[in-house]
Amino acid sequence: MALRSAHELAGQLAKGAVTSEELVRRSLAHIKATEPRLNAFVTVMEEQALAAARESDKRRAAGQTLSPLDGIPVAIKDNMNTEGVRTTCSSRMLEQFVPPFSSTAVRKLQDAGLVVVGKTNLDEFAMGSSTENSAFGRSANPWDTDRVPGGSSGGSAVAVAGGQVPLALGSDTGGSIRQPASLCGIVGLKPTYGRVSRYGLVAFASSLDQIGPMTVDVEDAALLLGTVAGHDPLDSTSADVPVPDYAASLRSFDWKGRRVARPKEFFTGEGLDPEVARCADAFLEKLASLGAEIVDVSMPHLKYSISTFYIVATAEASSNLARYDGAQYGFRAAGTKNIIEMFSRTRAQGFGPEIKRRVMMGTHVLSAGYYDAYYNKAQKVRTLIKRDYDRALEKADLVAAPTSPFPAFLAGSRMDDPLAMYLCDVFTISLNLAGYCGLSLPSGFTEGGLPIGMQLMAGAFEEEKLLGAAWQLEQALGVAGSRAPEIAGASA
Amino acid sequence: MKITPELVEHVALLSRLELTEEQKAQFSRELSKIFEYVEQLGEVDVSGVEPTAHPLPQKNKFRPDEVVPGLANETALANAPETEDVYFKVPQVL
Repeated sequence: MALRSAHELAGQLAKGAVTSEELVRRSLAHIKATEPRLNAFVTVMEEQALAAARESDKRRAAGQTLSPLDGIPVAIKDNMNTEGVRTTCSSRMLEQFVPPFSSTAVRKLQDAGLVVVGKTNLDEFAMGSSTENSAFGRSANPWDTDRVPGGSSGGSAVAVAGGQVPLALGSDTGGSIRQPASLCGIVGLKPTYGRVSRYGLVAFASSLDQIGPMTVDVEDAALLLGTVAGHDPLDSTSADVPVPDYAASLRSFDWKGRRVARPKEFFTGEGLDPEVARCADAFLEKLASLGAEIVDVSMPHLKYSISTFYIVATAEASSNLARYDGAQYGFRAAGTKNIIEMFSRTRAQGFGPEIKRRVMMGTHVLSAGYYDAYYNKAQKVRTLIKRDYDRALEKADLVAAPTSPFPAFLAGSRMDDPLAMYLCDVFTISLNLAGYCGLSLPSGFTEGGLPIGMQLMAGAFEEEKLLGAAWQLEQALGVAGSRAPEIAGASA
Repeated sequence: MKITPELVEHVALLSRLELTEEQKAQFSRELSKIFEYVEQLGEVDVSGVEPTAHPLPQKNKFRPDEVVPGLANETALANAPETEDVYFKVPQVL
């Protein structure tokens, strides 16, 4: 049985075959039935969601729908602020934090009539690749609940792959949308830096963070991106670039004569699982059969992307997370004698181990005597990584790569080795350093039945081409929309 | 580079993180391993390469300097761990 896509549900709403209230009740019931196994949500907004659904039904009855997705349930990663609804970042530090404002992306969804049903689990402050670093427990992969869903947007990936909601928003700093999408068998898109406003997205690494869609299929990704994209006066780094009608142009893309770069570093890397390698070969063969020309390229600086990322991202994080000091909001340690003790103990008790590790790493690389050796050097290597992308994109329309070097791994298997966890992002992390856009597409399965995703990447603000290319390929592959067998029985 | 427990202590102070002795030893081990890995950047020739702080060109954007409503005092204080009157309250500073 296939997962229901949002565009399919929107068609049923438009025909009057179903109401938004029915869709939202179905979603809430399925969440209730499956959460004991999946733990995708930190907060479920039952009352607000039902009220919003009834408003949507009233608008529809009056012929005043706000968008094609009016009335569709959606889940939000819990690092995007939602006015009046707690926003925890899956951290003890913000466990009780109720923001007085909404992020622009959430506001745009609500302005388009979508119904927010809840806030999804993540690795604390979006730092992690397995959704195990959460103050609210780990999320489980619907394809095998002993395995991780990837991360950090693991809760959003699980909510979509488990059929709890048709759509979700995630955020991607080094692969946090694409990697969980790959491990859960759904579509995940990291837009170009600046395509979606970051206002109200709790900052991890401000030069890398980007909000994007996590969906059942490519058409939904196009619809959801179109809803949240655009310039925002509240985020000066959001781009003043027109937003095309992504969904309308999907079918006009033609693979014939298109060139796809195959960087050898992405396809021969050590640690690449043989089943993922086979899937990657089949993916390229499929592209060729659609008329694309595969161009072999080399991107010699990709092997430095993990090191570069963990210097740049931790430096930015150490600065961004300095605000959690127990003074104005969030957790405060009890019984401290002076303000330094309050800061230090609040952060000791409020942050999990991965946050501490990264804050210290970032503080160290920015500290006197080390700045040039680490931070400045990493910023220069970042330039070289970006140039590798620019050269590949001069020779080709798109770049192809596996999304993750391996399929979903067993929970607990990487938690004792931070560096082994960082290597999960080896194929996704360089794109954030370059700032360009990329999409993970469900492309096959392991013999054991775990999903495998493949990435397509394109240049700045080329989401229209990227989505069209992915849509055509999706039709040819026929993998997207597959429902996890584990959860199928409980389906609403 | 080796991140000694003493260096961990120094960085933890800069980071305003109170650590137990056990944590200092653990972070020393883990951070040493991570910094050993990132040493690979030493082999990259970056002479003449400009640093990238921002992935795409940014230009300053201006907006009209108009007064808009801000957060009301009680809204701003609503999440505060401790307040007094219209203020955030913290332990002794000096």
